Amino acid sequence: MHALEISNISVSYNKQPVLENISFTVAPGTLTGIIGPNGAGKSSLIKAILGLISKRSGEVKVYQKPLSKHKHLIGYVPQRNEVDWDFPINARDVVLMGRYRKIGFFKKSKKQDIEWADQCLAKVGMLDYAERQISQLSGGQQQRIFLARALAQDASIYLMDEPFAGVDAATEKAIIQLMKDWKANDKTVLVVHHDLQTVTDYFDHVLLLNKQCIQYGTTHHVFTHENLEKTFGGRVSFLNQATV
Amino acid sequence: MLEHLLLDLSSANLRWVLTGSLLLGFASGLVGSFVLLKKQSLISDAMAHAALPGVALGFLVFHEKSLPVLLIGATITSLIGTYLIQLIIQHSKLEADAAIGIIISVFFGSSIVLLTCIQQHASGNQAGLNTFIFGQAASLIGRDVHLVAVSAVILLGITMLFFKEFKMIIFDPNFAKGMGLPVTFLNGVLMFLIVGIVVIGIQTVGVILIAALIITPPLAARYWTEKLSVMAWLSALIGAVSGVIGTWFSTSIPDLPTGPMIVLVASSIFIISLLFGSKRGLIIKAVHVS
Repeated sequence: MHALEISNISVSYNKQPVLENISFTVAPGTLTGIIGPNGAGKSSLIKAILGLISKRSGEVKVYQKPLSKHKHLIGYVPQRNEVDWDFPINARDVVLMGRYRKIGFFKKSKKQDIEWADQCLAKVGMLDYAERQISQLSGGQQQRIFLARALAQDASIYLMDEPFAGVDAATEKAIIQLMKDWKANDKTVLVVHHDLQTVTDYFDHVLLLNKQCIQYGTTHHVFTHENLEKTFGGRVSFLNQATV
Repeated sequence: MLEHLLLDLSSANLRWVLTGSLLLGFASGLVGSFVLLKKQSLISDAMAHAALPGVALGFLVFHEKSLPVLLIGATITSLIGTYLIQLIIQHSKLEADAAIGIIISVFFGSSIVLLTCIQQHASGNQAGLNTFIFGQAASLIGRDVHLVAVSAVILLGITMLFFKEFKMIIFDPNFAKGMGLPVTFLNGVLMFLIVGIVVIGIQTVGVILIAALIITPPLAARYWTEKLSVMAWLSALIGAVSGVIGTWFSTSIPDLPTGPMIVLVASSIFIISLLFGSKRGLIIKAVHVS
């Protein structure tokens, strides 16, 4: 059974095509890196899969059901710069947002929700900062709060938008450990990723994207110099050593 | 002066009017916290200005100064103004601030024309619609105060009901949408709350300054806390205090409009908070740096 089935997704922004006819299927328990140049539509793809932006066409199936039926199976880690970190809220409250479906409309969080949030914070090494206002955290710590919030969602599929961008070594380690745990529990992870040097270390599958899906498959097969040139338009000569 | 003020309190009507201002300020401060964090302060000002033509048109159509009729007119033009701002942003290359600026001036300009026409009309002098510009709490009669008070309580209730949801859609709308929250609907509810405050506050505070009663209390409250719930209730309290003190002072001095008095009180609290606020005040910050 496929965890995620993407068929013919097209997205336009201001009448400019951003994504054209993207189709691929993702098996459960895989770690996929979404790779492509700036403006290739990597973030848009994740947002289109989540239904955050409207699609011109195409369909997303999550464990063989339409997205609307299985939305609760998807967890999301947005880019860090997409929210106002000056917002009057502490780390624990941010993580509690991931528990929203369990808490429910109009209801207040109960003791077990708070315990759950604290467990998630502990898993990313942030329990000591639970009461901190979020603007008083470093960039890496903020990223870990977002990871804890995704953990709190207890999803089967995780979509992460550039989680490694500008984080410290401790956070990088935390993300890698989390991805390993998820994979071991047969969860599926898709990550928008920038750093070509680390692709082979982090991911077992790669999606090469440049408005179209250039190729999708195992890192070993897809992450080749030839395919990268197709994706980046011949500007990858400096990355020779990074490829397999 | 104090004696005079205290003497006033024996009047039942004034006590009613003060209760109305208290509830209005409280609801306004609470809703205002979300407006401020959603960065919609200017939009709320535009909604207020866009309400005035509705008041004038309501009077022109029904020829009577019945508050419910005028407030329905205010609601309609306020929503039209808000919709036009969205339309301008979508279909022109103008930025939001320019679109808001246009709507504020066009709606305010046309309402002044309409009010002048009404004024020159035979029945115009009794209309007293000018109180809607700067607000005159004392002009509220018992029935109107009831309307304001009940509406404020309803707006308060809705805000409390959606508190957690508002927090989520304002902090991280994408994540909220991904979680399956009806973000568009909730934005609509928040918009409805702002229009509600503007409309029920229009006779007490006036269209020019009602936005200040929405924005100043949460702005002041922000200096004392890093927690949204504390900020929201503190802001409600500051709004209520400003409403009561401002109204009280303005009713004791003839011809002193209420809106400016309320805003002066709120602004004084803001300045105190800016200096002495325990979390973000300038003094505490200076101490931390040194």
